[in-house]
Amino acid sequence: MTFQWDWGFAFQQLPTLLQGLVFTLEATFFGSLLAFVLGLVWALARLAEVPVVSPLVRLWVEFVRGTPLLIQLYFLFFIFPSYGVTLPALETGIIGLGIYYSAYASEVYRAGIEGVPRGQWEASLALGLPLRRVWGRIVLPQAMRFAVPVLGNFVISMFKESAILSTISVLELIGQANIIGAETARYVEPLTMAALIFLVISYPAARLVRLLEARTGAA
Amino acid sequence: MRDVTMRYGSRTVVDSLLLSVKPREKVAIIGPSGSGKTTILRLAMGLERPSEGWIRIDGNYLWHVERNGALLPAGEQQARRARRAVGMVFQQFNLFPHMTAMQNVTEPLVHVLRLSKKDAHDRAADLLTRVGLATHLDHRPAQLSGGQQQRVAIARSLALRPKVMLFDEVTSALDPELVGEVLNVIRDLAHTTSMAMMIVTHEITFASDIADRVIMFDHGHVVEEGTPDVVLRNPQSPRTKQFLKAILER
Amino acid sequence: MRYLAERTLGDYLPLLLQGIPITLELTLASTVVLVAAGFVFGLGRGSRNRLIRWPAGFVVEVLRGSSAIAQLFWAFYVLPYFGVELSPLAAGIAVLGLNGGAYFSEVVRAAFASVPKGQTEAAIALNLSAWFRLRRIILPQALPIMVPPFGNALIDMLKFTALLSLVTIQELAYRADAIRSVLEDAGPVYSLTLLIYFAMALALSALVQWLEVAVNRWAGRSTRTGRKAGPQERSTSGVPRWAFGR
Ligand SMILES: Nc1ncnc2c1ncn2[C@@H]1O[C@H](COP(=O)(O)OP(=O)(O)OP(=O)(O)O)[C@@H](O)[C@H]1O
Ligand SMILES: [Mg+2]
Repeated sequence: MTFQWDWGFAFQQLPTLLQGLVFTLEATFFGSLLAFVLGLVWALARLAEVPVVSPLVRLWVEFVRGTPLLIQLYFLFFIFPSYGVTLPALETGIIGLGIYYSAYASEVYRAGIEGVPRGQWEASLALGLPLRRVWGRIVLPQAMRFAVPVLGNFVISMFKESAILSTISVLELIGQANIIGAETARYVEPLTMAALIFLVISYPAARLVRLLEARTGAA
Repeated sequence: MRDVTMRYGSRTVVDSLLLSVKPREKVAIIGPSGSGKTTILRLAMGLERPSEGWIRIDGNYLWHVERNGALLPAGEQQARRARRAVGMVFQQFNLFPHMTAMQNVTEPLVHVLRLSKKDAHDRAADLLTRVGLATHLDHRPAQLSGGQQQRVAIARSLALRPKVMLFDEVTSALDPELVGEVLNVIRDLAHTTSMAMMIVTHEITFASDIADRVIMFDHGHVVEEGTPDVVLRNPQSPRTKQFLKAILER
Repeated sequence: MRYLAERTLGDYLPLLLQGIPITLELTLASTVVLVAAGFVFGLGRGSRNRLIRWPAGFVVEVLRGSSAIAQLFWAFYVLPYFGVELSPLAAGIAVLGLNGGAYFSEVVRAAFASVPKGQTEAAIALNLSAWFRLRRIILPQALPIMVPPFGNALIDMLKFTALLSLVTIQELAYRADAIRSVLEDAGPVYSLTLLIYFAMALALSALVQWLEVAVNRWAGRSTRTGRKAGPQERSTSGVPRWAFGR
């Protein structure tokens, strides 16, 4: 069995794949936003050491990190309608990705915040800075210097992992590739191109994050 | 401070201390490592809550409120009020690394004293000039030498115009050649302001220059206290003699 | 025999639970591939020989750069066209393991790089054989560093095996989905499935903690786990109590 790669066919499918890429990027962007915000909420809730609440949040974070994203997505996808919530698949996917990565992000924020030297807190206290200012201007900015490169890596992971949304019928990159494959019975070109598109975007992005890491690490 | 005791676990670091500092008074605290000097300053700054006893600063109790003649325990809010009269300079500077020298000083001016940006800027520029950093306003801590960082930290505390300033071995993290510039700033300050000061230091000449009173501290207790002439030149307690001898021989 | 519509999750419970050993076996198999690949890629990328370092780097970047899911579908649909006839099982395990190994290679490389050069030099000066140097000098310093990240990689493998349901492997996730499609109500099946995965993840974490103790003991290091800052120790970082206004 010899196989011929068909360039004409490959290029003919490119626009469809790029349409899928738009969804991929959308899911990554909004999923990241959600993850960053929720992650901070979990981190603060844990650090505050509120009885009952903090241990519960901890358990929740562990749970989300200890279960497959695929099943989490299925859960949301099939559960929302049975509670009368009708969300488009993409939105469900964004919520799923956001929650999943928020659990990881919370650990990064926590490490960042806990890594701020005690002296910074004490100096703020000695100066009488109001709490909101201490968090907003002293502690979080320093925690972020540590967190941003790691969160950057999360965005890239999410970009790649968002391919999983194809399983809940989102027509992102892989979803489109699979459809093309099913319709034309040619899987080789669309799937290879889709994988290459992931590579072409995520590789430079990863280099960028590494650069960022090196810069913040040196300063 | 009265009957202040501080324990960490089962370890008593400061034991039933009675200490008061009068307005304008400059008090130097000396004593061997681990004797509890830093702990006293941290208590006075309200960074730690004493295990026992009370602390009053400029009429406000740090961790208590007075009601009908009785002292009731109070929380962070009350401490915040009392802390306003105190400033502290740390051994490790504790400058905010992501802000310039200027921003380090203006930050509390704008957000604690609620000065306008312009007033804060003027006051900060003034103070930074006074500590000899007029040309380094926009430098970040990482771009400053240890001595310069410590001078920024001093300006930062001064800017809030506290009634009492606390200095905790502010030169011991510095290279020897940078010690002088920082001590000069404090010496200058001691002679020109009406602030009270509590200074923990191992620099004996410096202490005798500026202090009205010297306290020798060891194992959580005051061993000896009096004017610099007595404590530093004619110590009565053998413990003080021994300690001064050890320092001079260093 | 009840009618299909009357069936409940209870009826399908055995079917679901039979997925557990399959999922665990898949996890184990892909982790073996992961560790092997991690060492090969990691040592390759740390090699001084460019003819080894560059290809290793290239493979790692390609594996990490494109999506694991894309690779999975690619192995399933595309490889056969090139005459590579892998069973879905072999293809799935290979993709998960190689993908995880690409990430783990960084851990391996960093762990070996963290052993000071002087260690090897001193060992050479003592005339110790290469094998002895590796086994008694280098590995005892490098392996303990790898264990905690290995724990994360192991849990990742567990979670990623769920993707194999997409290429017709009938593990836990596949069965959950199949049962959901016959039952009216999706909630209980998926909730139970999530709990099962969580329990497996907890069990694997416990296993890794035990492994950490064992590796440290083998390496002659005092176990650091469980050592907490005593009251005598001053913490130089951490969030003070008043940070939340209390
Ligand atoms: N947060 C803490 N937890 C436990 N022990 C502490 C803590 N803070 C201080 N100590 C202990 O209390 C004792 C007194 O400490 P302190 O820092 O006040 O001494 P010091 O006189 O300032 O010493 P140095 O000259 O070394 O700065 C030390 O033995 C120290 O180990
Ligand atoms: Mg001290």
